[in-house]
This record gives sequence, C-alpha cells and structure tokens, in this order.
Amino acid sequence: MIQKIIDIGHNTLNTIATFGRAFLMLVGALCAAPKIKNVRLTIQQIYVVGVQSLLIIIVSGLFIGMVMALQGYTILVNYGAEGSLGPMVALSLLRELGPVVTALLFAGRAGSALTAEIGLMKATEQLSSLEMMAVDPLRRVVAPRFWAGLIAMPMLALIFSAVGILGGHLVGVDWLGVDAGSYWSIMQATVEWDKDVVNGIIKSIVFAFVVTWIAIFKGYDAIPTSEGISQATTQTVVYSSLTVLGLDFVLTALMFGIN
Amino acid sequence: MSKDNHQYLVEVNNLTFSRGSRTIYDDINLRIPQGKITAVMGPSGIGKTTLLRLIGGQLKPDSGDIIFAGESIPNLPRKDLYETRKKMSMLFQSGALFTDISVFDNVAFALREHTHLSESVIATLVHLKLEAVGLRGAAQLMPSELSGGMARRAALARAIALDPELIMYDEPFAGQDPISMGVLVKLIKALNAALNLTSIVVTHDVSEVLDIADYVYILANQKIIGEGSADEIKHSSSPLVQQFLQGNADGPVPFHFPANDLTQDLVG
Repeated sequence: MIQKIIDIGHNTLNTIATFGRAFLMLVGALCAAPKIKNVRLTIQQIYVVGVQSLLIIIVSGLFIGMVMALQGYTILVNYGAEGSLGPMVALSLLRELGPVVTALLFAGRAGSALTAEIGLMKATEQLSSLEMMAVDPLRRVVAPRFWAGLIAMPMLALIFSAVGILGGHLVGVDWLGVDAGSYWSIMQATVEWDKDVVNGIIKSIVFAFVVTWIAIFKGYDAIPTSEGISQATTQTVVYSSLTVLGLDFVLTALMFGIN
Repeated sequence: MSKDNHQYLVEVNNLTFSRGSRTIYDDINLRIPQGKITAVMGPSGIGKTTLLRLIGGQLKPDSGDIIFAGESIPNLPRKDLYETRKKMSMLFQSGALFTDISVFDNVAFALREHTHLSESVIATLVHLKLEAVGLRGAAQLMPSELSGGMARRAALARAIALDPELIMYDEPFAGQDPISMGVLVKLIKALNAALNLTSIVVTHDVSEVLDIADYVYILANQKIIGEGSADEIKHSSSPLVQQFLQGNADGPVPFHFPANDLTQDLVG
C-alpha cells in the first residue's frame, strides 16, 4: 500500500519534471532574436514537414470528401435534402475533419520523423558537438523545426479541406447528380468566414503547436539508444493523437457548443 | 605563482562530480599545461568523457572549479559560455559528423556560423584543414561514405576549423585499425605543434598515447592515481599504475564489479 503511494508520488514528480523540461526547451528555443540564417533553415524545414506531407494530405482529403458525399447523399436523399450536401461536406471538413485529421496525419508523417531525427542527432552526439562548437542546438535545430510545424500544419489543414470539398463535388455532383449550382451556392450561403473558416484555422494552429512541441521534445529528451528512440517515436504519435482528440473536444465546446 | 598560472590553460581544482548516487570524481585536481599534449588515462567506464564534458561546460560539477583561460567555466553565464566554447573544441568518439551534409560542409559549418568570411575564403580554409588531415580529396563525400578512421580525421578537421586554443580528444584511437591509429597519433602530435594547440587526449590505449604525451594523468577509483611525464609513469612504483599499464586483469582495480558474495547469491 505504502509502496503504491510512493509510486504514485514518484510518477507525479516525474511527470511534472518532464513538463518542466519541455517548457524550458521551448523557452530556450523560441526566446531568441530571429536571424536571417534561421529563416532560411525554417523554410528548409517547411519543405520537409510541409511540402513532403502534401501527397498524404491531398489523397486523404480527397477520399474523405468523397466518402462523406457518398454517405451524406444516401441519408439526405431520403428527405429530399440532397441540395444540402455542399454545406454538410464543407462544414464538417472546415470545422472538424480538416484540422483533426490533418493533425493526426501530420503526427504520423512528420511528427514521428522529427522525433527520430532529433533523437538520432542526440544519440550520435551531433547535438553535443553543436554545443561544443558554440552553436546552441535549441536555436539551430529545435527552433526552425518548431516554426516550420507551426506554419505548415494550418496550411495543410486548409488544403485538406479544399481538396475534400472538391472530392465531395466529384462524388455528389459528377457521379450522384446533385445540382452543381446548389452544391456551391448553398455552401457559400451557409459557411461563415469568421465562425467556420477562422475557427478551423485556430484549431489547426493549436494542434500544430501541440503536435510539433511533443514531437520535438520527445526527440530532444529521448534516451539516446535505439530502444529509446523507437519508444520516443511511438510516444510522439500516441501522445499527440490523444492530445489532439482531447483538445478538439474542448475547442469545439468553446467555439460551437454554447451559442 | 602568477607565472605558473600562465602556463596552464585548464585548471581543475578540487572537482567533485557524481551521477545519481554514483560518485565519478572525488576531489581531483588536474593542470593542463599550455601548448602540450596531456593524456588522461584510465579504465573504461571511469568517466573520462565526463571530464571533457565538465571542461566544456556541458555538465556542472557538484563542487570545485574548472578554470579555462582564466575563466571559471561552471560559473559562466550561458552567453559567455558559448563565447568561450569558440576557443575550445572536442573530437567526439563517434566523430559526430553531421550526417546530412558533406565533409566539406561539415568542416565549413563552424566558419559559416561564427565568421562573416566569404564563401571563397571559407573554401580555401576548409581545403587547408582537410589537407592537414589528408582528406582534401574526400571533401565532397558524405559522412556515411567514409571509413571509421576517415570519419575521425574529418571530424578532426572540423574541430580545428576555428583555430581553437584547446582541443579535447575523446578516445581517438578506440576501434581503429593499426594504420589509422598510427595516422591519428601522428596527426595529434603534428597539429599540436603546428597550430600551437593545447591537447587533452582521453584514452585507454596506453602505448600509443605514451609516445606522444608530454604529461599523463591516470584516473581510477574516482581519484587520480598517478601523474607525471610519460617516463615517470612508465617507471611508477604504484601497483595501481602498473596494473593499468601492463593490463593485468585483477589487482588494485578489481576484476569484479562490487557484488554480494557469490555463494550467498547462488545458495540464496
């Protein structure tokens, strides 16, 4: 019994210490005057985490839009409301699926890669050798990757939603014969810029912050062995996915729950 | 005394350091003379690398002080510490080359980070550094294409890129074939003389390092168990030092990691 209490206390302290280290890492990385050189590094990283994630984002967006149109049509047509297919697809994508699915895909595609890369740099003493060359790895390695994730993910989420809406059009209008005019015009009339689009972007920025932070910290804090890195990579995907789902509920409640 | 101070680039005073409950160093003193090669030897796992990390300021001692070029490393603010690190460099055991850029870019890395030299000047400097370690022809190779010995030489070129005052070698001979080892021994000596460096070589390869070291410290059991010039060490009367030099399996440094009595453990 006493042992259990000791264990709980021990784990609690460890968790708090981990949060502390994660916070210190972020402060150390971001509290610095930006340098031209670092802007270039950030752009390079945007290419790695953003542009190279485009394929999976576009394909997923397309299929999710198509499936939603198919599912939505079979239900809506019963009520003769298939004209509302456009807003249904657009609202679900912009409010929910765009930010959330992008964040989950991003955690799997780019987050795990960030963790593994930084973890390996640690294990092979590259981070140490940067320090000894008087280059702060927090600013040289961590900061550009963090900014890149923060910038790339909201853009990816918007692309996801846009492609999804086109996918919905492909199935709903071109295949199932919903009127193209009503697909677009009812969508345009229903979707509000500040309520739907902006809230979706805000969600996406929050997810980007959390997922990138977890990914980078897990790599930076990894135990520098092959086992430690594989563990850290797994944790990145699991923790960021769970955090995104949890935060999504909170954000949705705040944004759309209480009118 | 003031003259003495000037002779030493690094002074380690009453250093105590422990990791968790394990004491690594217990109140040790070292002096690294300027312009010389100092060897720090000792059995594996004794924390020789830790000593280099302490000098580099990556770790903080529990007590005691480390003076590098007149500055107390453990007490330096972060910014000054990074400034001071430009004057020292370290050759890691693995080489620690950046794997995503070529050998040329690796050597140029510190120059690009810390100087405002033009690319053509940097290219000249890099080629000179690579020539010094015999790898000018390998400039465009990626680190993964180098053999272990070449990787260490490339890392050495990178370590001397900024013309540091102090260079710390962490097990430079570990896992090298006899030819690479001979090359590295020759390089360490030649570079030390040519660039007016001060070198600290941490190693357990006794014969190689005794040939080139001006001064030797032997660490074991959290203490310095012997020091002196290479000759003095060879003829040391300390049984500990002799065990280490001869490579005897058992002696004052025990073969067995501390454990319970074997019969007790087996019978239970």
